Amino acid sequence: MSSEASRRRGYIRSMDGWWRRDPFFVRYMAREATALLVVAYAVVLLVGLIRLAQGEAAYNAWLDALSTPWSLALHALLLVVFVYHTWSWFLIMPKTMPLMFVEGGKVPAAVITGAGLVVAAVCCLALVVAVKLFAP
Amino acid sequence: MKRSNQPIYWSLFGAGGMLAALIGPALVFITGIAAPAGVLPGLMSYPNALAFARNGIGKLFLFLVVSLFLWHAAHRIFHSLHDLGVHGGTLTKLLCYGPALAGTVAATVALLALGF
Repeated sequence: MSSEASRRRGYIRSMDGWWRRDPFFVRYMAREATALLVVAYAVVLLVGLIRLAQGEAAYNAWLDALSTPWSLALHALLLVVFVYHTWSWFLIMPKTMPLMFVEGGKVPAAVITGAGLVVAAVCCLALVVAVKLFAP
Repeated sequence: MKRSNQPIYWSLFGAGGMLAALIGPALVFITGIAAPAGVLPGLMSYPNALAFARNGIGKLFLFLVVSLFLWHAAHRIFHSLHDLGVHGGTLTKLLCYGPALAGTVAATVALLALGF
Protein backbone atom coordinates (compact mmCIF):
# COMPACT_ATOMS: atom_id res chain seq x y z
CA MET A 1 0.00 0.00 0.00
CA SER A 2 1.37 3.38 -0.88
CA SER A 3 1.91 5.91 1.86
CA GLU A 4 -0.53 8.14 -0.02
CA ALA A 5 -3.37 5.66 0.54
CA SER A 6 -2.64 5.11 4.21
CA ARG A 7 -2.69 8.83 4.88
CA ARG A 8 -6.16 9.44 3.57
CA ARG A 9 -8.79 10.24 6.09
CA GLY A 10 -12.21 8.80 5.44
CA TYR A 11 -15.48 10.55 5.99
CA ILE A 12 -16.34 10.75 9.67
CA ARG A 13 -19.97 11.43 10.40
CA SER A 14 -20.44 14.28 12.84
CA MET A 15 -21.92 13.34 16.20
CA ASP A 16 -23.17 16.86 16.92
CA GLY A 17 -26.76 16.81 18.11
CA TRP A 18 -26.90 13.01 17.75
CA TRP A 19 -29.60 12.76 20.38
CA ARG A 20 -31.97 15.05 18.45
CA ARG A 21 -32.19 12.52 15.61
CA ASP A 22 -34.39 10.05 17.44
CA PRO A 23 -37.26 10.61 19.93
CA PHE A 24 -35.86 7.73 22.00
CA PHE A 25 -32.63 9.65 22.55
CA VAL A 26 -34.54 12.89 23.18
CA ARG A 27 -36.32 11.10 26.02
CA TYR A 28 -32.98 9.78 27.22
CA MET A 29 -31.54 13.29 27.33
CA ALA A 30 -34.65 14.67 29.05
CA ARG A 31 -34.18 11.98 31.69
CA GLU A 32 -30.53 12.85 32.15
CA ALA A 33 -31.32 16.59 32.29
CA THR A 34 -33.49 16.08 35.39
CA ALA A 35 -30.17 15.87 37.28
CA LEU A 36 -29.65 19.63 36.79
CA LEU A 37 -32.88 20.38 38.66
CA VAL A 38 -32.20 17.76 41.30
CA VAL A 39 -29.02 19.73 42.02
CA ALA A 40 -31.04 22.97 42.14
CA TYR A 41 -33.39 21.53 44.75
CA ALA A 42 -30.55 20.06 46.83
CA VAL A 43 -28.88 23.49 46.81
CA VAL A 44 -32.13 25.20 47.95
CA LEU A 45 -32.34 22.77 50.87
CA LEU A 46 -28.62 23.05 51.65
CA VAL A 47 -28.85 26.84 51.77
CA GLY A 48 -31.83 26.48 54.12
CA LEU A 49 -29.80 24.21 56.40
CA ILE A 50 -26.89 26.65 56.49
CA ARG A 51 -29.25 29.58 57.15
CA LEU A 52 -30.90 27.57 59.93
CA ALA A 53 -27.50 27.00 61.55
CA GLN A 54 -26.84 30.76 61.30
CA GLY A 55 -29.85 31.65 63.43
CA GLU A 56 -33.44 32.81 63.33
CA ALA A 57 -33.00 36.00 61.28
CA ALA A 58 -30.98 34.24 58.59
CA TYR A 59 -33.46 31.38 58.45
CA ASN A 60 -36.48 33.69 58.22
CA ALA A 61 -34.82 35.52 55.31
CA TRP A 62 -34.52 32.15 53.54
CA LEU A 63 -38.20 31.43 54.28
CA ASP A 64 -39.16 34.82 52.83
CA ALA A 65 -37.14 34.04 49.70
CA LEU A 66 -39.05 30.75 49.39
CA SER A 67 -42.40 32.54 49.23
CA THR A 68 -41.47 34.93 46.41
CA PRO A 69 -43.22 34.34 43.07
CA TRP A 70 -39.86 33.43 41.51
CA SER A 71 -39.31 30.71 44.05
CA LEU A 72 -42.86 29.39 43.70
CA ALA A 73 -42.43 29.28 39.92
CA LEU A 74 -39.09 27.49 40.29
CA HIS A 75 -40.66 24.92 42.60
CA ALA A 76 -43.59 24.40 40.25
CA LEU A 77 -41.01 23.56 37.58
CA LEU A 78 -39.11 21.40 40.06
CA LEU A 79 -42.29 19.51 40.88
CA VAL A 80 -42.91 18.69 37.21
CA VAL A 81 -39.28 17.61 36.76
CA PHE A 82 -39.29 15.46 39.90
CA VAL A 83 -42.48 13.73 38.78
CA TYR A 84 -40.77 13.09 35.44
CA HIS A 85 -37.74 11.76 37.32
CA THR A 86 -39.97 9.32 39.23
CA TRP A 87 -41.73 8.25 36.04
CA SER A 88 -38.52 7.73 34.05
CA TRP A 89 -36.69 6.12 36.98
CA PHE A 90 -39.21 3.31 37.20
CA LEU A 91 -39.64 3.15 33.43
CA ILE A 92 -35.98 2.10 33.05
CA MET A 93 -36.00 0.09 36.28
CA PRO A 94 -36.60 -3.23 34.45
CA LYS A 95 -33.35 -2.62 32.55
CA THR A 96 -31.27 -1.32 35.43
CA MET A 97 -32.11 -3.90 38.08
CA PRO A 98 -30.98 -7.55 38.19
CA LEU A 99 -33.31 -9.95 36.41
CA MET A 100 -36.15 -11.07 38.62
CA PHE A 101 -37.88 -14.43 38.29
CA VAL A 102 -41.10 -15.56 39.92
CA GLU A 103 -42.20 -19.17 39.52
CA GLY A 104 -39.73 -19.79 36.73
CA GLY A 105 -40.83 -16.84 34.60
CA LYS A 106 -39.23 -13.46 34.16
CA VAL A 107 -41.26 -10.72 35.84
CA PRO A 108 -42.69 -8.55 33.03
CA ALA A 109 -41.23 -5.04 32.67
CA ALA A 110 -44.65 -3.43 33.02
CA VAL A 111 -45.15 -5.10 36.40
CA ILE A 112 -41.82 -3.75 37.72
CA THR A 113 -42.54 -0.23 36.42
CA GLY A 114 -46.10 -0.29 37.71
CA ALA A 115 -45.09 -1.56 41.15
CA GLY A 116 -42.40 1.13 41.41
CA LEU A 117 -44.83 3.88 40.49
CA VAL A 118 -47.41 2.63 43.00
CA VAL A 119 -44.80 2.48 45.76
CA ALA A 120 -43.63 6.00 44.89
CA ALA A 121 -47.21 7.32 44.95
CA VAL A 122 -47.81 5.69 48.34
CA CYS A 123 -44.53 7.11 49.73
CA CYS A 124 -45.36 10.63 48.50
CA LEU A 125 -48.89 10.47 49.86
CA ALA A 126 -47.65 9.07 53.19
CA LEU A 127 -45.13 11.89 53.51
CA VAL A 128 -47.73 14.60 52.84
CA VAL A 129 -50.22 12.98 55.26
CA ALA A 130 -47.53 12.54 57.94
CA VAL A 131 -46.55 16.20 57.64
CA LYS A 132 -50.21 17.23 57.86
CA LEU A 133 -50.79 15.03 60.92
CA PHE A 134 -47.64 15.74 62.90
CA ALA A 135 -47.19 19.37 62.08
CA PRO A 136 -48.62 21.63 64.79
CA MET B 1 -5.17 -5.43 40.18
CA LYS B 2 -6.27 -2.03 41.38
CA ARG B 3 -9.80 -2.06 42.63
CA SER B 4 -12.28 0.13 40.78
CA ASN B 5 -13.99 2.91 42.74
CA GLN B 6 -16.88 2.98 40.26
CA PRO B 7 -19.27 0.88 42.39
CA ILE B 8 -19.23 3.62 45.06
CA TYR B 9 -20.34 6.31 42.60
CA TRP B 10 -22.92 4.03 41.07
CA SER B 11 -24.44 3.09 44.42
CA LEU B 12 -24.63 6.73 45.48
CA PHE B 13 -26.28 7.47 42.11
CA GLY B 14 -28.75 4.65 42.63
CA ALA B 15 -29.54 5.51 46.24
CA GLY B 16 -30.07 9.19 45.46
CA GLY B 17 -32.12 8.41 42.37
CA MET B 18 -34.31 5.99 44.29
CA LEU B 19 -34.82 8.43 47.16
CA ALA B 20 -35.69 11.22 44.72
CA ALA B 21 -38.06 8.92 42.81
CA LEU B 22 -39.87 7.80 45.95
CA ILE B 23 -40.30 11.06 47.86
CA GLY B 24 -38.87 13.83 45.66
CA PRO B 25 -42.20 15.12 44.30
CA ALA B 26 -43.75 15.21 47.79
CA LEU B 27 -40.70 16.96 49.25
CA VAL B 28 -40.72 19.65 46.57
CA PHE B 29 -44.44 20.13 47.03
CA ILE B 30 -44.18 20.43 50.82
CA THR B 31 -41.08 22.62 51.17
CA GLY B 32 -41.36 24.65 47.97
CA ILE B 33 -45.07 25.09 47.37
CA ALA B 34 -47.44 24.10 50.21
CA ALA B 35 -45.46 25.57 53.11
CA PRO B 36 -44.44 28.88 51.44
CA ALA B 37 -47.90 29.39 49.93
CA GLY B 38 -49.51 29.01 53.35
CA VAL B 39 -51.29 25.69 52.75
CA LEU B 40 -49.33 24.31 55.70
CA PRO B 41 -48.91 27.45 57.81
CA GLY B 42 -46.07 27.45 60.30
CA LEU B 43 -44.83 24.06 59.16
CA MET B 44 -41.34 25.29 58.39
CA SER B 45 -41.21 27.97 61.07
CA TYR B 46 -37.86 28.50 62.81
CA PRO B 47 -38.78 26.52 65.97
CA ASN B 48 -40.16 23.62 63.90
CA ALA B 49 -37.19 23.50 61.55
CA LEU B 50 -34.77 23.72 64.45
CA ALA B 51 -36.50 20.89 66.34
CA PHE B 52 -36.52 18.74 63.20
CA ALA B 53 -32.83 19.37 62.48
CA ARG B 54 -31.92 18.59 66.11
CA ASN B 55 -33.83 15.34 66.17
CA GLY B 56 -31.67 12.32 65.29
CA ILE B 57 -34.01 11.00 62.63
CA GLY B 58 -34.65 14.47 61.22
CA LYS B 59 -30.92 15.11 61.05
CA LEU B 60 -30.26 11.83 59.25
CA PHE B 61 -33.14 12.52 56.86
CA LEU B 62 -31.87 16.00 55.97
CA PHE B 63 -28.32 14.70 55.52
CA LEU B 64 -29.42 11.85 53.26
CA VAL B 65 -31.70 14.00 51.11
CA VAL B 66 -29.15 16.77 50.50
CA SER B 67 -26.06 14.58 50.04
CA LEU B 68 -27.63 11.72 48.06
CA PHE B 69 -29.45 14.13 45.71
CA LEU B 70 -26.11 15.86 45.07
CA TRP B 71 -24.18 12.62 44.42
CA HIS B 72 -26.95 11.23 42.25
CA ALA B 73 -27.00 14.34 40.07
CA ALA B 74 -23.19 14.65 39.94
CA HIS B 75 -22.85 11.10 38.62
CA ARG B 76 -25.61 11.54 36.09
CA ILE B 77 -24.18 14.83 34.82
CA PHE B 78 -20.70 13.30 34.59
CA HIS B 79 -21.96 10.49 32.36
CA SER B 80 -24.18 12.77 30.26
CA LEU B 81 -21.24 15.06 29.55
CA HIS B 82 -19.61 12.08 27.85
CA ASP B 83 -22.67 11.77 25.60
CA LEU B 84 -22.34 15.47 24.74
CA GLY B 85 -18.74 15.00 23.69
CA VAL B 86 -17.04 16.14 26.90
CA HIS B 87 -14.98 13.12 27.79
CA GLY B 88 -14.25 12.43 31.39
CA GLY B 89 -10.80 13.33 32.51
CA THR B 90 -9.66 14.20 35.99
CA LEU B 91 -10.85 17.80 35.60
CA THR B 92 -14.37 16.80 34.50
CA LYS B 93 -14.57 14.35 37.39
CA LEU B 94 -13.41 17.04 39.81
CA LEU B 95 -15.97 19.54 38.49
CA CYS B 96 -18.81 17.01 38.81
CA TYR B 97 -18.02 15.22 42.04
CA GLY B 98 -16.23 18.12 43.74
CA PRO B 99 -19.39 20.19 44.35
CA ALA B 100 -21.21 17.08 45.60
CA LEU B 101 -18.43 16.48 48.11
CA ALA B 102 -18.38 20.16 49.10
CA GLY B 103 -22.16 20.13 49.58
CA THR B 104 -21.97 16.98 51.68
CA VAL B 105 -19.30 18.56 53.89
CA ALA B 106 -21.32 21.80 54.19
CA ALA B 107 -24.47 19.86 55.16
CA THR B 108 -22.49 17.87 57.75
CA VAL B 109 -20.99 21.03 59.27
CA ALA B 110 -24.39 22.79 59.39
CA LEU B 111 -26.14 19.76 60.92
CA LEU B 112 -23.43 19.32 63.55
CA ALA B 113 -23.44 23.05 64.33
CA LEU B 114 -27.21 22.85 64.92
CA GLY B 115 -26.57 20.53 67.85
CA PHE B 116 -28.59 17.63 69.18
